[in-house]
Amino acid sequence: MALLEIRDLHLGMRSFEGEAHVLNGIHLTVERGEIWGIVGETGCGKSLTGLSISRLVSTPPGRYITGSISLEGRNLLTASEPEMQSLRGRRIGMIFQDPTTNLNPAFRVGEQIVDVALHAGGLDPSILGVGAKASRSERKKAARNLAIDMLAKVGIPKAGERIDDYPHQFSGGMRQRVLIAMALIGRPDLLIADEPTTALDVSVQAQILRLLYDLVQEHQLGVLLITHNLGVVAQICTHVAVMYAGNIIESGSVREVFKNPNHPYTTGLLASVPTAKMKRGELQGLPGSVPNLLAPPPGCRFAPRCAAVQPRCTAAIPPSVAVAAHHEVACVLAEPHASAAA
Amino acid sequence: MILRIENVTKDFKVSHGPLARATHFTALKDVSLSVGKGESFGLVGESGSGKTTLTRLILQLDRVSSGRILFDGTDLASLSARDLRHLRSRIQIVFQDPYASLNPRMTVHDIISEPMEIHQDTLGLNARQRTDRVVELLELVGLGGQHLFRFPHEFSGGQRQRIGIARALAVRPEFLILDEPTSALDVSVQAQVLNLLHELQAKLGLTYFFISHDLGVIRYVCDRVALIYRGEIVEQGETERIFEAPESDYARLLLSAMPEPDPDRSPFRPPAASAG
Ligand SMILES: Nc1ncnc2c1ncn2[C@@H]1O[C@H](COP(=O)(O)OP(=O)(O)OP(=O)(O)O)[C@@H](O)[C@H]1O
Ligand SMILES: Nc1ncnc2c1ncn2[C@@H]1O[C@H](COP(=O)(O)OP(=O)(O)OP(=O)(O)O)[C@@H](O)[C@H]1O
Ligand SMILES: [Mg+2]
Ligand SMILES: [Mg+2]
Repeated sequence: MALLEIRDLHLGMRSFEGEAHVLNGIHLTVERGEIWGIVGETGCGKSLTGLSISRLVSTPPGRYITGSISLEGRNLLTASEPEMQSLRGRRIGMIFQDPTTNLNPAFRVGEQIVDVALHAGGLDPSILGVGAKASRSERKKAARNLAIDMLAKVGIPKAGERIDDYPHQFSGGMRQRVLIAMALIGRPDLLIADEPTTALDVSVQAQILRLLYDLVQEHQLGVLLITHNLGVVAQICTHVAVMYAGNIIESGSVREVFKNPNHPYTTGLLASVPTAKMKRGELQGLPGSVPNLLAPPPGCRFAPRCAAVQPRCTAAIPPSVAVAAHHEVACVLAEPHASAAA
Repeated sequence: MILRIENVTKDFKVSHGPLARATHFTALKDVSLSVGKGESFGLVGESGSGKTTLTRLILQLDRVSSGRILFDGTDLASLSARDLRHLRSRIQIVFQDPYASLNPRMTVHDIISEPMEIHQDTLGLNARQRTDRVVELLELVGLGGQHLFRFPHEFSGGQRQRIGIARALAVRPEFLILDEPTSALDVSVQAQVLNLLHELQAKLGLTYFFISHDLGVIRYVCDRVALIYRGEIVEQGETERIFEAPESDYARLLLSAMPEPDPDRSPFRPPAASAG
């Protein structure tokens, strides 16, 4: 059974201007040990996909229209709120995109991590490494040690001393590492990391990617890595899903998709990254901008920006077809081809 | 050289609680660099290395502890308030944080036209012309004129950064400080903005002081680059030279950590082995 299976997920978002169809039929299957990069232009629905899995989209304004999200067979969209609470911070770890919402400036960093560790330890005593009958103070002590370990693991120097600092005493990069430590402390089966390294220096980023990679090797968790950094995806992800305006328009193994991009949007996205040999002004990019989701164009939502557009593109949303092993594309022009791995 | 930074040091007084004696923290130490007119100069360094502090000194939002900053041959510290205000229209900045840098109570129109009002005496645009220019700027940065009367919270992070760029360009500056201008943008929009910055530079002879964590972007944009580590410049020179033959350990460390968008060059997987 797949670790995570999203089937035909449709999410509406209401505003006073009407309801926008912000997720428009998402299909995604994540197995243990896979690191999925989720990429796509701002506003395409990456964060809402992640938030839907942990069911943190407020309803209203959100509305799940149809579809299902299963964690090892359990449909999360019909789970009770207490059940979701026991999944969050334990089986599902999350690193949110907006760091200001994550750490409370009034409490010491250590207290905040210890709280998460105690919550996770309450659901699974083995996380703290103390017996189920351990006293409150023993559990607290174990939680504190675990917190220090995790801080050291994510690269906070002198973690034992820094743990009693307040968030403002940490740099932005260090705060981000604290959030990563918090998401990992419950030893999640599924980690949803929304732009976890965007605010970090490349040297720290490399360290975090190494940490993530080793964790996946060691514990076989599944990861959804939401990022706009295609370099990060190329380095660490096993798979990638390219989103456009609420749809996954191309997905598959990272090598397949990056070496043989089929969808014109993916091609444009990859052509937007400056490479070493490029002269200034040679960067292609993608002309135009994303459609208004309140009045999306008919058929393929990328059609208005597509250089290869055809009359049939606007008739209906093109279904995803397999063009190679581990490679699906939702484009009328997609043609099966030999795999890049061959 | 349009900008010369000569042996600049910046100390901050830091106190650890009311009883502790104040100590000094040296955010910049003996920094020297110069930026030629019309070039793109890159500044790369880790978080907390002093990049934003340096931009604040250039903008005269803060004073140097020692050393000098010369813009177009004039020592900034010697300027009268009036001359300083005039100079400010020549140097503009695009800030790092698109969430914090736009006033949430102002419309996009007012945000972008505000600097034109402040520098009304130099620009001489009337209200109508200012609005026309706002529309033109919005289109230039890839947003449409239909966004004129919307508020910042109605935009995504990427869109907000484009508004910030439009605002910085509004007064037709010569020298643009770009403090992580594209780190909040997705690559397709980043490409549009980088190309836009390139076009504008060619057209208007702008000088860029470009701060970024993204070495790929720095390489694409900058003629010369300086690497700053804990307040000190550890290496500077022609961009290509630094990328091809870095001299400092720090440059080598940064280059080895730079993620390339090629699955075959990942340190995490053996080449051409793990497909599928
Ligand atoms: N609370 C909300 N109310 C109304 N619309 C929303 C809300 N949150 C998100 N949206 C809309 O849903 C769409 C998808 O948003 P989402 O945050 O998932 O984008 P994203 O892909 O994560 O973008 P980014 O790269 O900028 O983080 C956007 O068009 C956004 O405007
Ligand atoms: N007003 C101040 N008082 C005391 N210390 C300060 C002050 N402003 C900056 N600093 C310190 O100076 C150092 C350099 O900060 P600066 O903001 O210039 O870094 P940066 O290179 O821009 O980092 P980032 O990439 O995170 O934006 C930091 O250690 C910071 O804490
Ligand atoms: Mg997001
Ligand atoms: Mg800064």
